[in-house]
Amino acid sequence: MGNTRESMKEVAVDIVNLTKCYGDFTALSDVSLDIRDNEFFTLLGPSGCGKTTLLRTVAGFENVTEGAILLYGEDIANLPPNKRPVNTVFQQYALFPHMDVMQNVLFGLLRLGQDAASARARVGEVLEMVQLGGFAHRLPGQLSGGQQQRVALARALAPNPKVLLLDEPLSALDLKLRQAVRLELQQLQRDTGITFIFVTHDQEEALTMSDRIAVIAEGRVQQVGTARDIYEAPINKFVADFIGETNLIMVQVLGLADGNATCLLPGGGKCTCPAAQGAIAGEGHISVRPERVGFAEPDAGVMSGQVARLVYLGTDMHVDVTLVDGETITVRTQNSTGSYIPPVGENVGLTFEQGAARLLVD
Amino acid sequence: MVAGIENNNSSNTSTYAGLGSLLILPTWLVIGFFLVLPVLMMLVYSFLTKEFRGGVIWEFSLAAYDQFFFDRGLFGDEPPKIEWTYIIIFWRSIWLAAVATFLCLLVGFPTAWFIATRSGPNKSLWLFLITIPYWVNLLIRTISMKFLIRDTGPLNEWLLAAGVIPEPIHMINTNFAVQLGLFYSYLPFMVLPIYAAVERYNFAYSEAAADLYAGRWATLRKIILPIVKPGIIAGCILVFVPSLGAFLAPDLLGGAKNFMIGSLIEEQFKGNAGNWPFGAAAAMILLSMVLIVLTFYARQQMKQGKR
Ligand SMILES: Nc1ncnc2c1ncn2[C@@H]1O[C@H](COP(=O)(O)OP(=O)(O)OP(=O)(O)O)[C@@H](O)[C@H]1O
Ligand SMILES: [Mg+2]
Repeated sequence: MGNTRESMKEVAVDIVNLTKCYGDFTALSDVSLDIRDNEFFTLLGPSGCGKTTLLRTVAGFENVTEGAILLYGEDIANLPPNKRPVNTVFQQYALFPHMDVMQNVLFGLLRLGQDAASARARVGEVLEMVQLGGFAHRLPGQLSGGQQQRVALARALAPNPKVLLLDEPLSALDLKLRQAVRLELQQLQRDTGITFIFVTHDQEEALTMSDRIAVIAEGRVQQVGTARDIYEAPINKFVADFIGETNLIMVQVLGLADGNATCLLPGGGKCTCPAAQGAIAGEGHISVRPERVGFAEPDAGVMSGQVARLVYLGTDMHVDVTLVDGETITVRTQNSTGSYIPPVGENVGLTFEQGAARLLVD
Repeated sequence: MVAGIENNNSSNTSTYAGLGSLLILPTWLVIGFFLVLPVLMMLVYSFLTKEFRGGVIWEFSLAAYDQFFFDRGLFGDEPPKIEWTYIIIFWRSIWLAAVATFLCLLVGFPTAWFIATRSGPNKSLWLFLITIPYWVNLLIRTISMKFLIRDTGPLNEWLLAAGVIPEPIHMINTNFAVQLGLFYSYLPFMVLPIYAAVERYNFAYSEAAADLYAGRWATLRKIILPIVKPGIIAGCILVFVPSLGAFLAPDLLGGAKNFMIGSLIEEQFKGNAGNWPFGAAAAMILLSMVLIVLTFYARQQMKQGKR
């Protein structure tokens, strides 16, 4: 569906085998990504994985050690930042403190040589877009965090860049505001048609906003795909564990055929499940999301164990089940009258929903 | 935060009510004794009558100011004309001090920038190196400068030997020598405040400017200079004011022709030949000029702060 349409689009930013070293520390190794025109693309990963570094090499603040960055087919690796048609929304905003909102947003337009009258008109337009029409003559120090974030956004949008880079722009906002701004930002991206490269370490942010997500860990791209791809078909242990909650179960892979694996579970049960590309026979891990595990009579499921703990989560309940070998499996059930929630100490069997388990690359 | 401070204050006043004014007394004493009193004395002396061997007679007189601004002939009986001698000395002083300040800025800004952008321990080392010469007495440093630049000094000899110049450049007893002396004397006063401002400067602003299509020059002019301006202004004041009143550099490097206000004032109080009221009047005129400049600057700052 949308996927095929997306994939036909032109590539906006093509990152080819990019490696970035600081001295003998490798911050990015062999990163290859193609970010499509008009796409909301998210770089997601834990703190220190190299997201900011990757964004800064695209913006031109860091030179690349190896590899190339193509912007609409043109190699920009050797262009200084002021020659690249990309703009950045900085993590700490970096609004010019001695200029008011108007002057901040005007800055890029005037540097590009636009005449004052049309530049001002454009600033008015952009400030309306981020709902800051009445704040043109405030200094950054006189704005709230949320307003500053909008100014930073307006300033980066005003020159109408081909690609907008956003480095955790929502991290300084409180939860409620963050959720509201998420939707606005997504809408803004749709309306302007500008390609967004959005950096975050917040998976919820990534899952709700992005067309596609690249999961990064330790300077390497782990997986690229839509939110659904990444949540439902994680490729390796890191991705499965980092996105959402999951049970990682050590298994013995008995056979691999047609992308399906037959696995021997702890306790002697067997299950057949899809295998991630690159998974191999032998010892491995499967991932099963807690909401896709169900209860059965003892010995009727694929595994069995004893309920160790109940955790109340409002709409949901977490049931921790300890297996015979000491491993813990978390089951997530709805807190509704119809659902069965076993008491602590009960012996239960566990079943996996169809397609719930997935063999991972280690 | 502001509210917190106010709270603190109010609780302080209730606890130490009455004590407050007493606690601030030492400050007032220091200010009164070391700041207000000497200036007042100068003010009073400038309106007294001079005694011939130095010192004053306690009798009101405008003679000192009159002598500064008007020429009434050798015996004081001709119609008054404007006396240009001292006004010219003032002008020259302002000019010399201004050029010295400009030189300090020209050299001081890059120096401060260089130091502030070094990594941690190097920073302290460079700062220390900058201040080392200033542990030596100013008089000695100025005299060394004199030896350095005189016609047969090492600088000229070196340039001669290198074949850069055919004959020694005459530098001693010129305006240039005075400016060089002032520049050398007060350079750290320029470097240190600018260093402090650059040190606080957030380089993300430069990145943001580059991201918004500004080249190096535009970034310097539109972003960096306005943000570190308070440091630059402080540095300029700290160099200009003492340069204006300096007397060592003009005396030793400028010779008799390149008199500055400082030397003029110094001469009035030295030995027995001086004219104390006249020296005091010249000092008061200098002080009021400095005050006018500073008031102007403070007003400017307040206007900006309010915006
Ligand atoms: N200038 C530098 N010199 C040396 N190492 C650096 C430099 N900048 C970043 N690094 C290292 O590179 C790695 C990646 O840093 P980066 O800032 O890209 O992380 P990040 O993914 O943006 O993390 P966060 O979510 O905390 O912002 C980190 O281990 C960091 O210590
Ligand atoms: Mg970062």
